[in-house]
Amino acid sequence: MAKYYSESHEWIELDGTTAALGISQYAADSLGDITYVEIPGPGKSVAAGDVLCTVESVKAVSDVYAPVAGTVSDGNADLEADPGALNADPENTWICKLAGVKADALNGLMDAAAYAKFIETL
Amino acid sequence: MPYIPNTDADRREMLAAAGFASVEDMWEQAGVKFPAPKLDGIPEGKSEFEVMSYLSGLAEKNATHLINFVGGGYYDHIIPAAADAIASRGEFYTAYTPYQPEASQGTLQAIYEYQTAICRLTGMEVSNASLYDGGTALFEAMMMAAHITGRRQVVISAAVSPIFRCMIECYCRNLDLERIEIPDGHGTDSALDAVIAAVTDRTACVIVQYPNFFGEVEDLTGVVAAAQARGALAVCSAYPVALGCLKTPGEMGFDIVTGEGQSLGIPLSFGGPYLGFMAVKAKYMRKMPGRVVGRTVDLNGKTGYVLTLQTREQHIRREHATSNICSNESLCALNALIYLSLCGKEGFRRVGELCMSKAVYAREQLLAIPGVMPVGSGAFFNEFVIETPLDGAELVGKLIDKGFAAGFPLGRYYPERKNQILVAVTEKRTREEIKALANAMEALL
Repeated sequence: MAKYYSESHEWIELDGTTAALGISQYAADSLGDITYVEIPGPGKSVAAGDVLCTVESVKAVSDVYAPVAGTVSDGNADLEADPGALNADPENTWICKLAGVKADALNGLMDAAAYAKFIETL
Repeated sequence: MPYIPNTDADRREMLAAAGFASVEDMWEQAGVKFPAPKLDGIPEGKSEFEVMSYLSGLAEKNATHLINFVGGGYYDHIIPAAADAIASRGEFYTAYTPYQPEASQGTLQAIYEYQTAICRLTGMEVSNASLYDGGTALFEAMMMAAHITGRRQVVISAAVSPIFRCMIECYCRNLDLERIEIPDGHGTDSALDAVIAAVTDRTACVIVQYPNFFGEVEDLTGVVAAAQARGALAVCSAYPVALGCLKTPGEMGFDIVTGEGQSLGIPLSFGGPYLGFMAVKAKYMRKMPGRVVGRTVDLNGKTGYVLTLQTREQHIRREHATSNICSNESLCALNALIYLSLCGKEGFRRVGELCMSKAVYAREQLLAIPGVMPVGSGAFFNEFVIETPLDGAELVGKLIDKGFAAGFPLGRYYPERKNQILVAVTEKRTREEIKALANAMEALL
């Protein structure tokens, strides 16, 4: 499965109509040591661009935006006890899963190569 | 020292870049007309001595000599002279934020100890470093509950201070919140069954007061259970002096406890500065407004204090902050901490016990007056309601001429209680003063 990235540094990985969502290595590095992840509760519905939850580091609290519309179906409860996992391996640590995601929602997001180019411009 | 960061040279450069000759020219071309300020009514300057005399004259108009039986959330308690002496030391005398822990260890430790004191008083797990006052603290608690639950309906008892409810109404005027106010009982109770019955699956929180505005001490565990069973938060506004003697809101299971901290070593004045306190269950601390000071160790293992969880505050989160209370009442919180430290655990409990026993005595004395009737039959702390044949405001007004602030006329906020007054008694009132009030009231009825 391919990963897709947003300009606000979230990634999603779509499996059927369910997307796992996390933050990119770039985002995790920018935030510094992550101390708390607010895990969105199941049933929360978001439109693309809505604030999904927040990630708190020693430096800042940042909003995590939903790159696609959907309904939260699952949250990664492991992050409650170990928020540092997001620093250790952000690209393989999902925060939550969104259900009911349409395939065409990926239009407008970047693949890994495009995202790598995008962050070079920052 | 100029507080406007751009210099005359900066302004000239900006105006030149924008193509204006002067700031006035810019406004003119923008079509904006400012009326010329009228300064006619402003008198000539006065000397320091004249200003002092004038202000002293104004201050003398305040009736500060009255023997005070007015409470309603703000109480006339003894304040040890040492409280002000310590709080006004140069090392402490700033309300500014100790952002730099390396330069602010004393202030930070004082706030940390204050938080500990508030947690112990309320029986809660986490306290913030203070808020403005009891009313705004209660508003913040309500908003916090709305954020946590994602719900917009609030159930609030009419036996919560009408002053606080008025503040909440004002703050909520442009917010999408539905407030359901539950009328109090006819006596002095909060009509808790009706409060419980109003809770639905859409309720964000239930707000009650302890003791309630009429002074009655109620068992609120049922309200807490009913709120939490529906996924709502239970919010309590509490009188801190009562908490030295009574079961704590924490023991009753409340999620958020707020209150007015004026009674903790802060003198009565017209509207403040007072002190709001807030304490919550640990699981809600990241949703709590305001700042928190934490204790930690430095690289060498020495104890140190820092602002913690401040990443959610305004200077970092800007418009996404959990609240826009950025400066707080640290100096008032310091007063509260010093007061509590001077009293000690036993001394503070003794203050509460004296309030209660003197209130019981005062109630007996007043009810012995022909025509004075009791209102409510529940347990009370240091405040109780009586009814007389006279309009409450009229009776209180007549007693001011006799040297007493006899109580709080309830008719102003509760029209059906026109002839009732709320009488508060603190440890400061003597047997003689209470007797004198009873005699003066009897002479008027």
